Amino acid sequence: MKVVVDTEKCVAAGNCVAAAMDVFDQREEDGIVVLLNEHPPAELAADVRNAAAICPALAIRIED
Amino acid sequence: MAETVTSPAAAEAQVPRFPTPRSAECPYAPPRDLLALGDEKPLVKARTWDGSTPWLILGHAAQRAILSDPRVSVDEHLPGFPFPTKTMADTLEHRPLTIFNADGADHARFRRMMTAPFTRNRMERLRPAIQQITDQLIDDMLAGPNPADLVKALSLPLPSLMICEVLGVPYADHEFFQEHAEVATNTELTGEQSRASQEALGGYLAKLLMAKMQEPGDDVLTDFAERIKAKELELPDAVMLTMVLLIAGHETSANMITLGTAALLENPEALAQLQTNQDPQFIAGAVEEMLRYLTIAHLGQRRIALEDIEIEGETIKGGEGIVVPLGAGNWDPAAFPEPDRLDLTREAQHHHAFAWGVHQCLGQQLARIELQVVYGTLYRRIPTLRLAVGRDELKFRGDSLAYGVYELPVAW
Repeated sequence: MKVVVDTEKCVAAGNCVAAAMDVFDQREEDGIVVLLNEHPPAELAADVRNAAAICPALAIRIED
Repeated sequence: MAETVTSPAAAEAQVPRFPTPRSAECPYAPPRDLLALGDEKPLVKARTWDGSTPWLILGHAAQRAILSDPRVSVDEHLPGFPFPTKTMADTLEHRPLTIFNADGADHARFRRMMTAPFTRNRMERLRPAIQQITDQLIDDMLAGPNPADLVKALSLPLPSLMICEVLGVPYADHEFFQEHAEVATNTELTGEQSRASQEALGGYLAKLLMAKMQEPGDDVLTDFAERIKAKELELPDAVMLTMVLLIAGHETSANMITLGTAALLENPEALAQLQTNQDPQFIAGAVEEMLRYLTIAHLGQRRIALEDIEIEGETIKGGEGIVVPLGAGNWDPAAFPEPDRLDLTREAQHHHAFAWGVHQCLGQQLARIELQVVYGTLYRRIPTLRLAVGRDELKFRGDSLAYGVYELPVAW
């Protein structure tokens, strides 16, 4: 699994961090997404897919 | 074409109205008429207060598509914009550009100035304080007269204390700004009343911002004050942003606490689950379901199409108004089977209670943690909690931006 985030689209809702805190974080200065792990392990795959699904700005893409 | 053979009067009779009232038997559910329309079509034109017929977007999938479509605007200055009330239309010229009515780059600029204090991890760090304040407020309520009004005892003070903490507004002034937050979310007041209230609150916040320039703290107002000094932000804009956060931070969580408690007291099975199951995962999921079920931002998100949009076999023409009643999407059986069932174990995270798209609520992580703490604590600590009046005596806030009840007399 490969995760791609779009910091231009991101609106800092924070949902991805709530869904998968080992994979996503937010910048201190404006809350924009920070990708902690571009290739998350299989056990986090479901959480990461969920994070992408609940991102209101559609800023998370998953490439298998 | 159907239009050419239907008489104008008959066509008129077919246009549904929006909004319609909720039923007295189901005050927690969206209006039945609205759900019935959604059962037929994912979007439909409806007649509103000024005689105009914007599109109502009812289906969950259609709401997602519209609320994340860049051809859809929140610019209320565009002709045809569907205002929720006459007051909102009449006061247009008095509303500056904010995150609510700005699109694209303007919106992003405002939003990025406001999001830093509300990140998930910063809010998570507030959890112990939220728990402590909740416990203290419950202690105080239990030590006071029985019955008590839950709004005054817990629902308002908790979010009020927390938003003051985040913003750097002295809680000692809470009566003053709670009153103005109440005015700001009441859509039935005259333009004159709203303006007077807005000026009083604006003056107060401007003074606070000036004070933060001299005596900085670790809070949002200090951050705004520094941006003013650095000429990144004008004082009136900073006042407006603070006002938005202060008002939104009060009325929304407060109504979720009050209305949620009222709904849970009528759903003993769900209430019992919250009393016995302290698994944080369960409580987090329960909060999402409560948000879905109650959808207190109930007046419908307002948008306008910038160009023609093809959706679900219909064409929304450029310049046509769009209203997105979030409750209809949250009660769409295609997205939430048996939507009228309050099921705290349901997978409900994809709800639209905080809306969807780039304008989704920026305080949602604070709201979630406040609600997780309150729902996870209140009913466990007061297992005998009950309504102190008949449900038919509750006065519901149908005219307010945030749905709820004005008072919730409870006994234990």
